[in-house]
Amino acid sequence: MLSSTREFATNALPPTQQRRARSRFARWLRQVSPSGWTGGVLLAALCLVAVAGPAVTGNPLAMNVPARLQPPSPQHLMGTDEFGRDILTRVVHGARISLGAGVGVVVVGLGIGLLFGLVAAYRGGAFALAAMSFVDIMLALPGVLLAIVIAALLSPRLGTAIVAVGIVTIPYYARLVWGVTQTVRLREYVEAARAAGASDFRILGRHLLPGVLPPALVQATLGVGNGILSVSALSFLGVGAQPPTPEWGLMLSQAQRFILVAPYLGIFPGLGIMLAVLSFNLIGDSMHDLVDPVLAASVRR
Amino acid sequence: MVRYLGRRVLILLPSLLLVSMLTFVMIRSAGGDPAELRLGLHASPESLARVRREMGLTDPWPVQYVRWLGGALGGDLGRSYLTGSSVTDEILQRFPATLELALSSMLIAVPLGIAAGTISAVRARTVVDNVSMLGGLVGISIPTFWLGVMLIIVFAVWLGWVPVAGSTDVHLGIYPITKFSLIDGFLEDGWDGLWDAARHLVLPAVTLAGWPMAILARHMRSSLLEVLHQDYTRTGRAKGLRFVRLVWRHAFPNALIPVVTVAALETGYLLGGAVITETVFAWPGVGNLTIQALASRDYMLVQGAVLLFAVVFALLNVLADVTYAVLDPRIRY
Repeated sequence: MLSSTREFATNALPPTQQRRARSRFARWLRQVSPSGWTGGVLLAALCLVAVAGPAVTGNPLAMNVPARLQPPSPQHLMGTDEFGRDILTRVVHGARISLGAGVGVVVVGLGIGLLFGLVAAYRGGAFALAAMSFVDIMLALPGVLLAIVIAALLSPRLGTAIVAVGIVTIPYYARLVWGVTQTVRLREYVEAARAAGASDFRILGRHLLPGVLPPALVQATLGVGNGILSVSALSFLGVGAQPPTPEWGLMLSQAQRFILVAPYLGIFPGLGIMLAVLSFNLIGDSMHDLVDPVLAASVRR
Repeated sequence: MVRYLGRRVLILLPSLLLVSMLTFVMIRSAGGDPAELRLGLHASPESLARVRREMGLTDPWPVQYVRWLGGALGGDLGRSYLTGSSVTDEILQRFPATLELALSSMLIAVPLGIAAGTISAVRARTVVDNVSMLGGLVGISIPTFWLGVMLIIVFAVWLGWVPVAGSTDVHLGIYPITKFSLIDGFLEDGWDGLWDAARHLVLPAVTLAGWPMAILARHMRSSLLEVLHQDYTRTGRAKGLRFVRLVWRHAFPNALIPVVTVAALETGYLLGGAVITETVFAWPGVGNLTIQALASRDYMLVQGAVLLFAVVFALLNVLADVTYAVLDPRIRY
């Protein structure tokens, strides 16, 4: 992206200021764009809610049927649902679930995809052909649909939804890592390492992985956001989290049944999903401006 | 060109074959007894065994798969476990509605997305650009189903401008002719029918358009920015071309090439997104059918629907590659 190259040029600091920027970390911080900072602050706030919030707000499953379907009020800032459960409490608990789900998706997808891509590109041969053909086939399917089918077949639970979405994202990581490794593995320093007698394992871990990691981490950051989005979509469709879990997507699907009597029910869970996904997209975008701008094109679909 | 196209379609066949195998194995290993589904929980073991034999479920998997594939190649996707009706018919009944929704969404997303991206690129690093790109970021962050629900609340519940869900009012669509709600509405009720169908279509179409519009705007912006920094645009500037003419005649068409590819790919993703949107709006399309089939464990129907989505998705991928090759003379095929 050209915008980023221009940014790099303007970020060349005059010598006096450069001395002041003591460490590489400080220099790196200067390059983070305002949108990156916004995303970071947003994410920090969400993490705080996810970690500390549940202890403050109490039990998300506590019912109080006489106080059901109440609009937002001082007692219930976001109102109550059809069982009189406090929406704020449930939304706060949902933050923990959704952030965890997003990270879980990336652990599955990045973990397996990274391994596949690295080994396929390094070993080449029949294994690479088989692995990358499989990746191409997976990419030739609409991902959301595939995840829905997998989750439904594996008995619908939050855990299976996370695994299903993770599986569907494997090919994206594998393809990216494969492409980057292809270009890196022929460099002289890899050949030098091999000539010096380094084992395959050492070459992969010490010489190829560091080159692959930055673009993979950018992809992973965006992947957490997309994972949150997809897992909540699966829960919304009924093949993810099951009641009474305070999962945002599930809360929305339950809210839709009361759309005529209590339209406010659906506002906050959805807002939670959007802010969480937005924070990861903001961070991912500014990270991708920092990492090799040429690679950026392949990271962003 | 023809050879290139032929090669692309040939590569497609083995991957579709593998997709069909994968779905088949996945669905068979999920368990569940279709015979029990058909007969209910209280059926006698003898009749269950008979129905299993009739449905061909006693044969080994490979035999079942080859039989299913043979039928699929001839356009017969088997019989629904639940109702016994033809899967091909069920899907064809619903497909026009999905197609209508997807096309309407692209009709909204493509012009608006390209316009937003173009304005952003031309006015790069101004307030207009920032607002439009923030909009794009929100567009890819917003959950489709939430957008749908919010639009329903505002435009259907509060303002009452459009209906809450469905594709037509009850009196329409009993005898669908083309199965496209807009055309059927017009054929049955004239302009009133068309208006009614359009009112039903607008919210789901807008909901589904959000994501591709944001993606297209982002791609258009970066593509146009790249072109605007190329040598030939500088030459154009140097010889005194007016900026508007420069953008419109020289930069815009070239910047559009990769965006057209993205648009074709996005149409494929749209079909996946349609599953969610159709559920929110009770839109009678294939996505809705798939979810219902999954819920009722009618796996024959699921299998057929997945194959259909895979075929359409793959064809759109080929279309994307081919348009790229046609539009960009630098590509050798």
